[in-house]
Amino acid sequence: MKRLVGASVPLLAALVAFLFGAVMILALGENPLSGLAAIIDGAFGTGDRLAATAVRAVPLLLVGAGITIAFRANVINIGGEGQIIAGALLSTVVALVIPDTPKVLLIPLVILGGLIGGAIWGAIPGALKAYASVNEILSTIMLNIVAIQLMNYLLRGPMIDPIEVDGSRIPQTERLTDNAALPTLIEGTRLHLGVPIAIVAAIIVYVILWRTPLGFKLRAVGHNPDAARAAGISVERNIVKAMAMSGALSGLAGVTLVFGSESLRMVTDGGSAGFTGSAGFNGIVAALFGALHPLWTIPSSFLFGSLLTGATELQRELQIPNALAIALNGLIVLFVVSSDKVRDWLARRLDSSTGQKVDEPPAPDSTPEATPESVA
Amino acid sequence: MSAPVLQMRNITKTFPGVLANDDVSFDVHAGEVHTLLGENGAGKSTLMKILFGLYQQDSGQILLRGETADITSPTDAIEKRVGMVHQHFMLVPTLTVAENVALGLPSDRGLRTDLDAVSKRILSISEQYGLQVDPDVEIWKLSVGERQRVEIIKALYRDAELLVLDEPTAVLTPQEVDDLFVILRQMTANNTGIIFISHKLHEVMELSDRITVLRNGRVTGDTTPAETSRQQLADMMVGREVKLAPDKPVQDLGLVRLKLRGVTVKGDRGTIAVDNVDLDVHAGEILGIAGVSGNGQRELAETIAGLRPAEGGSVQLDSTDLSKANPKQSRAAGLSYVPEERMKDGAVGEFDVSENLLLINHGDKRFLRRGLFNFDAIRTHCQKMVDDFAVKTPSLTTPTSSLSGGNIQKVIMARELESSPAVLVAAQPTRGVDIGAAEYIHSQLVVQRSNGVAIVMISEDLDEVLGLADRIAVMFEGRIVKIVDRENATKKDLGLAMAGAG
Repeated sequence: MKRLVGASVPLLAALVAFLFGAVMILALGENPLSGLAAIIDGAFGTGDRLAATAVRAVPLLLVGAGITIAFRANVINIGGEGQIIAGALLSTVVALVIPDTPKVLLIPLVILGGLIGGAIWGAIPGALKAYASVNEILSTIMLNIVAIQLMNYLLRGPMIDPIEVDGSRIPQTERLTDNAALPTLIEGTRLHLGVPIAIVAAIIVYVILWRTPLGFKLRAVGHNPDAARAAGISVERNIVKAMAMSGALSGLAGVTLVFGSESLRMVTDGGSAGFTGSAGFNGIVAALFGALHPLWTIPSSFLFGSLLTGATELQRELQIPNALAIALNGLIVLFVVSSDKVRDWLARRLDSSTGQKVDEPPAPDSTPEATPESVA
Repeated sequence: MSAPVLQMRNITKTFPGVLANDDVSFDVHAGEVHTLLGENGAGKSTLMKILFGLYQQDSGQILLRGETADITSPTDAIEKRVGMVHQHFMLVPTLTVAENVALGLPSDRGLRTDLDAVSKRILSISEQYGLQVDPDVEIWKLSVGERQRVEIIKALYRDAELLVLDEPTAVLTPQEVDDLFVILRQMTANNTGIIFISHKLHEVMELSDRITVLRNGRVTGDTTPAETSRQQLADMMVGREVKLAPDKPVQDLGLVRLKLRGVTVKGDRGTIAVDNVDLDVHAGEILGIAGVSGNGQRELAETIAGLRPAEGGSVQLDSTDLSKANPKQSRAAGLSYVPEERMKDGAVGEFDVSENLLLINHGDKRFLRRGLFNFDAIRTHCQKMVDDFAVKTPSLTTPTSSLSGGNIQKVIMARELESSPAVLVAAQPTRGVDIGAAEYIHSQLVVQRSNGVAIVMISEDLDEVLGLADRIAVMFEGRIVKIVDRENATKKDLGLAMAGAG
């Protein structure tokens, strides 16, 4: 019973958020039902649109899977944006420096570059937290800003597309080598290699967290650093590892944004969301909605991806600004986060109605990892 | 004799699946201390919650001063002159004693409270019962013992004729326990009836006029200290014959395995907590470290375990120097550590039983197949540990925080002993643990002693130290002030040394 309540609350939260969205559409003088139809049509209407949705979900899933690692180790990584940028920059440098490397070699090298770039950008706040007690929420947010400015500098200066130097000076690289482009999986759609990579990455994160000694240590540190330390687990080192892994996955998201794009270049508009499209934040949302479980984050990312692509159709058909999708995103976060409170409250109500309010042991964790499949 | 202050007749209370109180009858006369004795989960708390109006009994009757009483809430209980001192104090730290006492009371001055009058009455109550406390001081400035006095004053201020004390000595030093008992005797002399809840047998024998023993919700004994013994009480609590002090085979001391020289350690506040301590612990011996909590024992244990760096001195295990070791290195050298605060430092509450059993050696090859956990091997291994240590748990995947304190401690012991350590540091190994589990943990310590492990057992419980240790060191203000062989130790001398007068 309690478990059912636990699972249904996030869905309920999403539903309430959509109701708010419906009210907003009404306020704009349109029919919410046709709005919903437009979103669904835009996200799933054709094979092409479905592929676009999957591609939109890729960075969310990669960032989200990374976030689950950090959050499980009780490190609140808000630095997805910066880590995406760091990964994208380093992988772009790789493609710029050795463009003539054969495809089979260059794609793995580019991916490696992205992983390393993101890992470094994550490990810095991890180390600051572990060894200098610097609050990671602040340091990751600050490093987002540093990364954005670094990107702006590099894309306007050393890495700028040569033909832009005397032109309009759009901050972007030249078109990168086709050898580094993520191959398209279905001809005629945008569905590229990034989609299976992201899904496999989420599965690997799940395996690491619940099937390996490394994940065991990360979770032990996250739940109770004192007991972990007394048992001989290095809290500091595992915090850095969690952040490095989390950053690496965001860096990989950066790779998919560059090498999965149609323009095949790294481009920004000078603003904060210009390059990432806020994937570093939306990925956190997807992870939270997925109950911080890498496998649940797969459908959750797809849902948010569909919201993003659907909003484009909403704008085209009903002239409703696609900012509505962003608002909906925010509302869902708000409701999902507060739904923890609702869930606690519901659980207490269920307890007291059976008269067991004090003598009962604490309710077991209602997040999905408490399923019987995870023995250790 | 007049009618009892309280009669609880044939009280039965069930929770889904649990019979918490089964036909329990219990009474208290004015001017007596009636002890409720029982293990965790025996039904003491349920009975008292019924008395205090927090639960309603399914059947049975409560009579106060001979008249049927229907107690529906704590407020109702207080109006009927029943007072309760909870184990966790219900005081507002930023308010003064007088303000805390006045909280919730109606006032003559309408919305404002006449604190001077309250203070005056507190002083007169203090004088009458020897409860020294300054009414105008804020609660946060008071020691634990003083806070408890405030709780008692709160009850007396409300004219309680019947006072329930739920494990009042659990948080007190031996000296404070003595003070409390003087106060309680003063109260009984003034005709207050007292219900004393405890599982410390020597305290129960010392203080009680009558003793009622509960087990699994039923009354299993109704006796007086004159008619019984600690042994009999323990047997009634557990329902079988209990060994209060384990049989310890005589054996020769082995080589020194743990050697401390001039160890000096700072505490959390930066002051010296452990001051120049020398200790040798031999293979096959239990060295008991006695002392009132807060005299450096915790810091000493943490330093040996590698959790707290020493300011000076050396720690040596066999031939390995551990002075600068981290916990991993200490453990690799053969050290095992059972920490004092089991839920903070000993176990990960959210982890299940098998995960906590693997907290140290989860990276072992035995548990891995191609780098991933081999859950079959883990289950087999953990099931054996659970069986060997008689851990009562519904399953290996039960969250550890939902087990009882004794069973959590068994999980920790099982894990710490699995590696066949050279040295075992066990801090407060049976604190808050019920008798059956304590007996088992003690027997395991003796087994390890026979296996040649050098054991450091830190305990505030002098009975435990006297029952198990081969040698006893007393810590006071960070120093070892006394070290004696068991056969030359007396409770009185140790008590004096613990108070710094040895």
